[in-house]
Amino acid sequence: MNIPDNLKYTKDHEWVLISDDEAVVGITEFAQSELGEIVFVELPAPGDTIEKNSTLCVVESTKAASDVYAPLTGVIQEVNAILGDTPDLVNTEPYAGGWLVKITGVNSSEFSELLSAEEYRSLTQE
Amino acid sequence: MSETDNLKTPLYQSHRELGARMVPFAGYLLPVRYGELRDEHLAVRSAAGLFDVSHMGEIVFQGGDAEACLQYLTCNDVSKLQDGKAQYSAFLNPSGGVVDDIIVYRFSAEHFLLCVNAANAQKDFNWCKQHATAFDVTVTDCSAAYGQIALQGPLAATILQQLSDFSEQASSIRYFEFKLITSCYGEVLIARTGYTGEDGFEIFVPAEFTEQLWKDLLRVGAPFGLLPCGLGARDTLRLEACYPLHGHELREDLPGIESGLGWIIKTGKGDFIGRNAVLKIKQEGVKNKLTGFFVMDKGIVREDAIIQLTSGESVGFVTSGTVTPTIDRALGLALISAKHASSGTRLQALVRGREIPIELTEIPFYKR
Repeated sequence: MNIPDNLKYTKDHEWVLISDDEAVVGITEFAQSELGEIVFVELPAPGDTIEKNSTLCVVESTKAASDVYAPLTGVIQEVNAILGDTPDLVNTEPYAGGWLVKITGVNSSEFSELLSAEEYRSLTQE
Repeated sequence: MSETDNLKTPLYQSHRELGARMVPFAGYLLPVRYGELRDEHLAVRSAAGLFDVSHMGEIVFQGGDAEACLQYLTCNDVSKLQDGKAQYSAFLNPSGGVVDDIIVYRFSAEHFLLCVNAANAQKDFNWCKQHATAFDVTVTDCSAAYGQIALQGPLAATILQQLSDFSEQASSIRYFEFKLITSCYGEVLIARTGYTGEDGFEIFVPAEFTEQLWKDLLRVGAPFGLLPCGLGARDTLRLEACYPLHGHELREDLPGIESGLGWIIKTGKGDFIGRNAVLKIKQEGVKNKLTGFFVMDKGIVREDAIIQLTSGESVGFVTSGTVTPTIDRALGLALISAKHASSGTRLQALVRGREIPIELTEIPFYKR
């Protein structure tokens, strides 16, 4: 299972790439393999304010519609609009072309609650 | 209920060995998939698939009044059955709602086997016992004695013939007929029935021989492309073929005549439980109709989604919905107010506050 060391993680199987006060968010390889074939991603609108742990978007696979929770509080700066036509990028490139949203204005005080790659790896092996 | 409270079928260990993802279903731990659902689904459409359906319940009726009792308990016309033939039917409640949908197998006028849904097996057995008291008949729950394996797909007969005990009989059993065959797996009942929309067989086999038959079929079927298939593929296959599922399309609180069972409700045969309610609904006019739909935008419209007119007036709800592999688009079944249920009608489904356009369509989605 690919779990890149440069990313932070949540116990809900999201990954976060932090640079200054911006964060890119997606779901992990483990999450996409559990969900199966993803057919639709319901994204928020740029400018939306989101609270940590609130529903950030909905990832719909042939099996079920699953909520993705916001790993951090902030404002949606950009969404990965290409997923509208190619939602399967979340399956094939979960850490690259399958990213979900960019959040700006994030607060570094929340970073410590995220998991390291090593912590996340042990979580998925339980 | 924790995982340990669930029952195991005689094939539990085999599923584990095959690496199946197991889930609780109707009180049993069953495989939802072994590999990819799509591969399993497409194997059944193009070659064959093997399903563990041992969770299904079996109820035996024996006695001088067996036929008369079933004529009263079930809505289809049991008198039309001959020895060695099977019939799709249902138990209705006095309001015309569906207690369960079943298959009735006739050995003789005094001996029948009923195959019922696992989730309803105990309820059905109690229902039968309760209503059989006035008849000269013994009702026995034989569910634990049988395993059941479904071999489904265009190559099902070819694969069954590879087993020497069945090589002669396999192809001579016609659709909705069955044979009792004494074999190295004990006495097995092989019926040409199924729940996938393909040719195939459902095989009732003594519990102690179920694992051997399962393994032998997988072995001889492998060169023909046979795959073990889980509940996931079973559901997408039946939805494409538009076979109703109890708890979804069929419910106790919805009249069977509106939820797609009109063709097996024979009000002309004489009295049966639910008949008066059915006659009343027919007289007043059927209010709802089970209808197929395609989703005309992105996303999936699933069970329980409300269907409405563009004005916002609610006209029904979704009973099953997903994306299926053969059709490869989002589709489903919905119970829609009869006056809005004609094919081609454009309506909206409400999904998480979003209004998604749908178009009603003829069913089934798939015909072999």
